[in-house]
Amino acid sequence: MPEQPSGSAIAIREVSKVFGSGSDAVTALAQVDIDIRANEFFTLLGPSGCGKTTLLRLIAGFDYPTTGEIRLYGDDIAQLPPYRRPINTVFQNYALFPHMTVAQNIGFGLEMLGRPRAEIAARIDEMLRLVRMEELKNRRTSQISGGQQQRVALARALAPQPKVLLLDEPLSALDYKLRKEMQLELKRLQHETGITFIFVTHDQEEALTMSDRIAVMSKGRVLQIGTAHDIYDKPAERFVANFIGETNLLDAEVTGVDAATATVRVKGTTLQAGLPEGFRPTGKATVVIRPEHAELEAGGADRGTLGGLGGVITNVVFFGTDTHYYIALDGGGEFMVRRQNSRGAAGFASGDRVGLRIDPGAARVLRD
Amino acid sequence: MAERGPLDLKTQPGFGKVALLCLFLLYAPILILMIFSVNSGSIITHWEGVSLHWYGAALADGDFHSAARNTMVIAVSATVIATLTATLAAIGMTRVKPWRGLGAAFMVINLPLMVPEIVTAIATLSFFALVAGKLGLNFGIGNLIIAHTVFCIPFAYMPIRARLEDMDLTLEQAAADLYAPPWQTFRRVTLPLMMPGVFSGMALAFIVSFDDFTITQLVAGPGQTTLPLYIWNQTRRPMTPEINAISTILLLISIVVVTASALIARRRKA
Repeated sequence: MPEQPSGSAIAIREVSKVFGSGSDAVTALAQVDIDIRANEFFTLLGPSGCGKTTLLRLIAGFDYPTTGEIRLYGDDIAQLPPYRRPINTVFQNYALFPHMTVAQNIGFGLEMLGRPRAEIAARIDEMLRLVRMEELKNRRTSQISGGQQQRVALARALAPQPKVLLLDEPLSALDYKLRKEMQLELKRLQHETGITFIFVTHDQEEALTMSDRIAVMSKGRVLQIGTAHDIYDKPAERFVANFIGETNLLDAEVTGVDAATATVRVKGTTLQAGLPEGFRPTGKATVVIRPEHAELEAGGADRGTLGGLGGVITNVVFFGTDTHYYIALDGGGEFMVRRQNSRGAAGFASGDRVGLRIDPGAARVLRD
Repeated sequence: MAERGPLDLKTQPGFGKVALLCLFLLYAPILILMIFSVNSGSIITHWEGVSLHWYGAALADGDFHSAARNTMVIAVSATVIATLTATLAAIGMTRVKPWRGLGAAFMVINLPLMVPEIVTAIATLSFFALVAGKLGLNFGIGNLIIAHTVFCIPFAYMPIRARLEDMDLTLEQAAADLYAPPWQTFRRVTLPLMMPGVFSGMALAFIVSFDDFTITQLVAGPGQTTLPLYIWNQTRRPMTPEINAISTILLLISIVVVTASALIARRRKA
């Protein structure tokens, strides 16, 4: 692993977390290395049980790593209790203090830091403005809606101006429309405050739309770190390709490798496929092609012009903006193509024979 | 076909009648007791007319006064000490890393609830006899306060522990996350949120001490008559409705204490 680049807000170095001991030991995190840059919107993405929440708890200080270092602007904070870390958390269930008003909740952190009353009062008002909740200042937290509680939780965590804000699936309890709204709101808050956000989610769409960079996690390991584009367009592993977006995975035979691409044969068709960094496949491999990177052509029987990939449509699912076509490939396997619905475009129906034209550069070999 | 939900007892035939019968059996004796407390005659089961005569008689009775005073001194002292102890025990058993023997400790605290009261009474009596005999110590009414404190602790403990266990632990994490050291977290978050449980525990402890008979009867020395003992002594003479009046006063005090604690608990929760 490379040394910590200067400018990292959080540097996680070879962090492991093992719960229990002896034969009951469960490894929640195994040798995790992540650098999170200052002012970045960084997302930990993975299915439940992948270790993302454990990692967040280690950064917050609710738990301590079994081995490894967690550095905040260079200082190892791994063993500090939570109240000694300039890091605040937005909890999944918000964890607002039910016996306090909205204003008292927001002022709690500053009060504990021993700030003067006048400063606290001013900061509470500023925070209420920031999350657009001025009129609910003196309400009890039990008297406001879920979306409003979410905003109070954000304001409470932002009020002490932490160096890093941790967000533990904060949008999962909201309904779809409110969630979309809060996604934009979070981006705005991050932009306006300039605070480093570390966001935990299992929702790949949320991760793709909000994050500057994403770390995809599975079974206590970080599989890939990159921008939304990197993760989506250049997944390095089968798990990443499967977890992010919809995916076609095809068995392939590697026939040649050069600097950045491999020549592969997929069901008799030869394709150029991109390679993950530093990966030199030989023999059998898995190739990923995103559903929007293939085009349907009528009359797939004419193999010569279409390069050979083809099959019969088994299912057509309409999604409003686009339509998904499920194709049983000649020679076995299924392939899904997503086509945007534009007026006048020729439609295809179940039972039609089609050929597939793969966009150049769309195929990528995966590390298994 | 009509939709079939889970078994709803209220729709079963005869539900209303059975419920009424149960309520009657529960409350009829108490109702009769209260009705005869305002009887003007002097025979407990013979109605002669409405009068508050026996309440006046009870309140003017010097023995009743001293019994009431003893009861209050014992109940209030035992409630305060037992609630404090139970609160510390509950915190110590819910806000620590699980340790070997935690389950056993829980059992030990609650076991007194299972022990037949007469056994506890005899044990307490022999304990104080031993202390008095070997060490020459007698704490007077303090003996009763100690005895009551001991059997009140599990009653106070249960609601406090339940409250602490129901409490969302992320609230305490949130406080720590917002720069509150452990003591501040306790003072500003845990303590205010556990108070409804503490009030319930206090109310239970008070009621249990207030009407205890068995242990008190064995441990109480001369001049340490409490209200239940006083009533018991009254029943061994020709009974007058004065006894109904005193019992009704006791009942009203219990109701007031329980209602007050329930109201406080509800206000805290809102």
